Amino acid sequence: MSNEHASALAHQFDDLDQQFEASTLGMWVFLVQEILFFGGLFLAYSIYRLQYPQAFEAASRLLDYKLGALNTAVLICSSLTMALAVRSAQLGQRRALVNYLLMTIALGAVFLGVKVVEYGDKFEHHLVPGPHFALSAHEPHLIGINPQHVQLFFSLYFAMTGMHALHMVVGIGILAVLVVMAWRGRFSEEYYTPVDIVGLYWHFVDIVWIFLFPLLYLISRH
Amino acid sequence: METNVVGVDQSSSGEPSAPPRVHYLNAAYGIGSWLLTKDHKRIALLYLLSVTFFFFIGGFFAVLIRLELITPPGDLMQSETYNKMFTMHGVLMIFFFLIPAIPAVLGNFLVPMMIGARDLAFPRINLLSWYIYSIGGLLGMGAVIFGGVDTGWTFYTPYSSTYSNSNVILAALGAFVAGFSSILTGLNFIVTIHKMRAPGLTWSRLPLFIWAHYATSIIQILGTPVVAIAIVLVALERLFHIGIFDPKLGGDPLLFQHLFWFYSHPAVYIMILPAMGVINELITCFSRKRIFGYHFIAGSSIAIAVLGFLVWGHHMFTSGQSIYGGFVFSVLSMLVAIPSAIKVFNWTATFYKGSISYQAPMLYAFGFIGLFTIGGLTGLFLATTAIDVHLHDTYFVVAHFHYIMVGGTIMGYLGGLHYWWPKMTGKIYPEGWARFAALVIFVGFNLTFLPQFILGYLGMPRRYHYYPEEFQVLNVMSSAGASILGVGYLIPMVYFVWSLRYGKASAQNPWGAHGLEWETSSPPPTENFEKQPIVTHEPYDYTPKPEEVAVV
Ligand code: HEM
Ligand SMILES: [Cu+2]
Repeated sequence: MSNEHASALAHQFDDLDQQFEASTLGMWVFLVQEILFFGGLFLAYSIYRLQYPQAFEAASRLLDYKLGALNTAVLICSSLTMALAVRSAQLGQRRALVNYLLMTIALGAVFLGVKVVEYGDKFEHHLVPGPHFALSAHEPHLIGINPQHVQLFFSLYFAMTGMHALHMVVGIGILAVLVVMAWRGRFSEEYYTPVDIVGLYWHFVDIVWIFLFPLLYLISRH
Repeated sequence: METNVVGVDQSSSGEPSAPPRVHYLNAAYGIGSWLLTKDHKRIALLYLLSVTFFFFIGGFFAVLIRLELITPPGDLMQSETYNKMFTMHGVLMIFFFLIPAIPAVLGNFLVPMMIGARDLAFPRINLLSWYIYSIGGLLGMGAVIFGGVDTGWTFYTPYSSTYSNSNVILAALGAFVAGFSSILTGLNFIVTIHKMRAPGLTWSRLPLFIWAHYATSIIQILGTPVVAIAIVLVALERLFHIGIFDPKLGGDPLLFQHLFWFYSHPAVYIMILPAMGVINELITCFSRKRIFGYHFIAGSSIAIAVLGFLVWGHHMFTSGQSIYGGFVFSVLSMLVAIPSAIKVFNWTATFYKGSISYQAPMLYAFGFIGLFTIGGLTGLFLATTAIDVHLHDTYFVVAHFHYIMVGGTIMGYLGGLHYWWPKMTGKIYPEGWARFAALVIFVGFNLTFLPQFILGYLGMPRRYHYYPEEFQVLNVMSSAGASILGVGYLIPMVYFVWSLRYGKASAQNPWGAHGLEWETSSPPPTENFEKQPIVTHEPYDYTPKPEEVAVV
């Protein structure tokens, strides 16, 4: 048993504590980097929102806030199952750990599924930026709005949610690896570092969505 | 205490029958043992090879540029081709040489050694970042092979996103990918410096080289992702005609410039701070004196890192930002001069009553101080809005940033490479040749770039392949200097390679220097230290020579 734990210790560290602290700090630094990565997009969004307030308001009403709200709920649940997974890992409960990880993956997949539905809908309505972009005449609240500025909104919408979805896909991939590792009994009360830092990542991706949802879907609804 | 300055390892010749010592270089053989290594020292050498490769390719483009500019008419190449030349020169030199050079080669090798660790915190990520860097380099090279990019290394929109050819995507992707390698290196350094210091190595005992790399890593973590997202947006704009920067679609090209320079001004400190870190080590060692103002030097590294993020707008004085913005950025830019000057003053104070020896690494340190000072002072001209309107996009700017980046960063890099070469390879290079090369580089450098200050002041714009005849004399001087400089860069390459085979074996500590990296054999064992070092002293604990003590 103790041999197994020793194998989890990489040669450059003195003990598991040091390894745990280093990995956790590494993930935090990585997340700071991620904040600035998304920060560029948030900056672009805020600038153009200030520049074209009406167009952005009108454009944001073309999004389906019910689907957005559903996805927000889904992600919050997935954060909960992720937190429970970390806890199971700390308690050394292998079965529960595998189950919670699978639930997290499932919720992430639901989120992406809803996103696909939304994207498909935008595609059908010619709201994807590019040569085929067009605003349909039957939207009365779009009268008098410059379609280019609406397109700009959708450029940002796709860049931001697309980047977020990409992070979800990566996250699901990593979770799948964790499931295999957990299944093989690689974690224990003493060694659960990977679960813990993947948990940090997952919560971060959720938090980004918590900002994206009101910014893109809600901000101009009364 | 060890006194011979260029020490030769006597112990190895003493026991002829002893089996050869196992160190990191001969611990494993075969190409696989290098391409899959997780040893930070081997990864440093991988970087050394690739960084050198890109340096000489980038230098090749520089030669073409200077050749074209010998005569006033554009007779060697079309403007189209010329634009591609200076773009590739800039892209390769900045993203694939200057930014990675010192952190990825010297930093990778020395950060764990200097803090008494067995390796970086994440060796696998370290190897990964070399692969990422190489892939980025290949993408950049691909852009050249498929016909070249003509946007300049700054990729300004809407030219890059709408009008230029689509090789822009490849080149920008190369820079983007290389950026991730830089982020991962920074992350690895931060965690390693925080969590893996040897017992007794408190923050105020850290070598200044480590402080410099710590500050650099902060910039890499905070700046690189911002330019990364800007580059992604340019690529998306090209591919899908989304309009974030395109004014025709409601976007704003100024936003690109803000995002770009928010990284790219701090990036000049990614290049120069590690060089300053090297210079600290050289100066105290070859002055045999404790460095003057340790805490100020360490603090000024952090101050530069922080202030560096507040000055990006000085690249946009003439882009149409508001005059208030211009004023604020002008004042903030001047503030950066303060921590930089603190360092220069502290180095000078360290010389005072030091017993200075003029070994090759020290010559590079002197070169660094001179060239960096000229580059920094001319930066003040450019930071003054009114003067910048005259000098903007002239050869004055070209001279300014070459003094800083080429004069500063490369001098620091070469100085460090010479200083730690015996540690890295276990071999001694020929000292005479090394001093000679340092001299050639210094002369060639000034002959190349001093005339460019005058050219710019007289009004010769940058990025043109022809010019009025009255500028020819200065341009010929500059081209002549460039060829001297080129030879100067080739000489070290020749004798470094020569020394691998024919150089004498180096002692553990050939310079009699202080620092944990000198407390293990040269070249070090894979685990760096035979047993965990424990630190009980301040850094740079150089005691003056006995006769000097007697004088006091
Ligand atoms: C510390 C190392 C430094 C490096 C590596 C560096 C590098 C550069 C580079 C590459 C450019 C050219 C950008 C372009 O292509 O347009 C530039 C321009 C400029 N630099 Fe520096 N610089 C440094 C320090 C400074 C300092 C200390 C100041 C001010 C106090 C300064 C002020 C400027 C200004 C105002 C420009 C813009 C010039 C123009 O576009 O007209 N730089 N620098
Ligand atoms: Cu700048």
